Amino acid sequence: MERALEPSLLAQSRERGWSLGIAFLAMVVLFAILPFVVYPVFLMKALCFALFACAFNLLIGYVGLASFGHALFFGWASYVTAYTAKAWGWPPELAVVGGIAIAALLGFVAGGLAIRRQGIYFAMITLALAQMMYFFALQAKFTGGEDGIQGVPRGRLLGVFDLSHEMTMYIFVLVVFLAGFLFIYRIINSPFGEVLKAIRENELRTISLGYKTERYKLVAFVLSATLAGLAGSMNSLVFQLASLTDVHWTMSGDVLLMTLLGGLGTVFGPVVGAFIVIAMQNYLAQFGQWVLVIQGVIFVVCVLLFRRGVVGEIARLVRVQL
Amino acid sequence: MFEIFGIPSQALFGQLLLGLINGSFYALLSLGLAVIFGMLNIINFTHGAQYMMGAFAAYLLLQNFGINYWAALVVAPLLVGATGVLIERLFLQHLRKLDPLYGLLLTFGLALIIEGMFRNQWGSSGLPYSAPEALKGGRNLGFMFLPNYRAWVIGLSLAVCLATWFAIERTRLGSYLRAATENPVLVRAFGINVPRMVTLTYGFGVALAALAGVMAAPIYNVSPQMGSDLIIVVFAVVVIGGMGSILGAILTGFALGVIEGLTKVFYPEASNTVIFVIMAIVLLIRPAGLFGRGV
Repeated sequence: MERALEPSLLAQSRERGWSLGIAFLAMVVLFAILPFVVYPVFLMKALCFALFACAFNLLIGYVGLASFGHALFFGWASYVTAYTAKAWGWPPELAVVGGIAIAALLGFVAGGLAIRRQGIYFAMITLALAQMMYFFALQAKFTGGEDGIQGVPRGRLLGVFDLSHEMTMYIFVLVVFLAGFLFIYRIINSPFGEVLKAIRENELRTISLGYKTERYKLVAFVLSATLAGLAGSMNSLVFQLASLTDVHWTMSGDVLLMTLLGGLGTVFGPVVGAFIVIAMQNYLAQFGQWVLVIQGVIFVVCVLLFRRGVVGEIARLVRVQL
Repeated sequence: MFEIFGIPSQALFGQLLLGLINGSFYALLSLGLAVIFGMLNIINFTHGAQYMMGAFAAYLLLQNFGINYWAALVVAPLLVGATGVLIERLFLQHLRKLDPLYGLLLTFGLALIIEGMFRNQWGSSGLPYSAPEALKGGRNLGFMFLPNYRAWVIGLSLAVCLATWFAIERTRLGSYLRAATENPVLVRAFGINVPRMVTLTYGFGVALAALAGVMAAPIYNVSPQMGSDLIIVVFAVVVIGGMGSILGAILTGFALGVIEGLTKVFYPEASNTVIFVIMAIVLLIRPAGLFGRGV
């Protein structure tokens, strides 16, 4: 209601909806064509990581909470999905739900602990908790230690769609990604999302307006963890593998890099960032440790010269919101 | 030989000693982090990589120039500290007005660059670096065997920690530092070159990490990834202690090393995770950390 009274704001929001809608349609069309041009497994991986980065962006971009431990949710969801699908023979949809559930639970515990401290401490706590769960994964029997869980069956989705078909699997991953993407978009444009942005801008003022910011932060954290878990579960189905790589801190670093490179707090930034980083890791894999160096250089360049990220810079140039 | 709680004394004191050694490194590293954080308001993610650089500096000085351990104890921290000064001048000084998050991201990126380059050059396997002749061997204390080098590490680390504490809390230079932490504009108005002090503080914190690296070289193998796992544990130590107090950082570091050592004796499966569990408990009971002020 208040918005209707402010003509400049109204114009802005109308313009925003327009540019975002076009961009979304373009993205859907692109993802419909790409599997005929590019290797589908690569696309599926990139889509999983795009969802992961979007989930991460919900927290860092819209609440201003920098988690350094999101591999925890991605990796543990991936383990649970892989284990339930392989050892207990759960169908894929149920295995994914199992993965999401564990990610939500871990998100509740880790988030509840981490939001007790702010700023820089928040990042260190999430990193430490993720490292703790990394060691659990290393020692626990069911994770298969260094070998991971291999040969995970993709199964039949809802008993109908055979996911061992590459194209069927691709469509499944794409639908899940789009659903997750729209869900996150819905969250950040809801009244709840407005409070999250208020916390990002000025937490003390938000508290003085009567909001229990801790609860908002916790809910946002759990949502972000859950969606990160969804990404991890899908990833383990795509590769039919869950391994220590998924829970290692380098994974938390990767998702951070994707989001930063694409643009913190932009809607499409994490997707673009994920595709760039995954493509880079793919094509530069032959150069061994140089990938690490290049990723580090991107971090440094982004922070010093390029804090809006790729999508943020484009959006600024053409003066729309993306 | 006697037994305590059914554990042979040799094993118990041996692990206790190892715990104190680890604690020495936790203390030195968290001290460096606290000093840097106090002045620059940045969590130095590169700290682990700089610790590794210290160990490598010692190794390379010996291999290429025949510079021995004793000289390396001084030269390596100076060299690595100088790279720290360079990093502060080139990168960190531009972040002063930004959200501290960017400092974390930038130093994280630097850590990746450094670790990647060292892995490229020297691979992932550990390189041996032997303890100096004078500190080889050990003595039998009756209840345990104490290797000389380990006793030296604990003693030196304690001495360096206490000297740092003294320099910051009890000297004129330290009072400038503390004043600049509270109100840099005012201290600058008194004619003190605060930016230079910030640069040197960063260099000093980095040098502390490098010193820890030199001391660690004969105990652990010198390898490019020796710092990255350690730094995460040190972050947990810092969260537990809180970065408000220098003495607190030192005490927490040693205490957690000992606790970790004892866990290795009584419940080895948890020895990797005990510090993180303690962190979680401290967050529940005292969110500001044991020695912290505010959140």
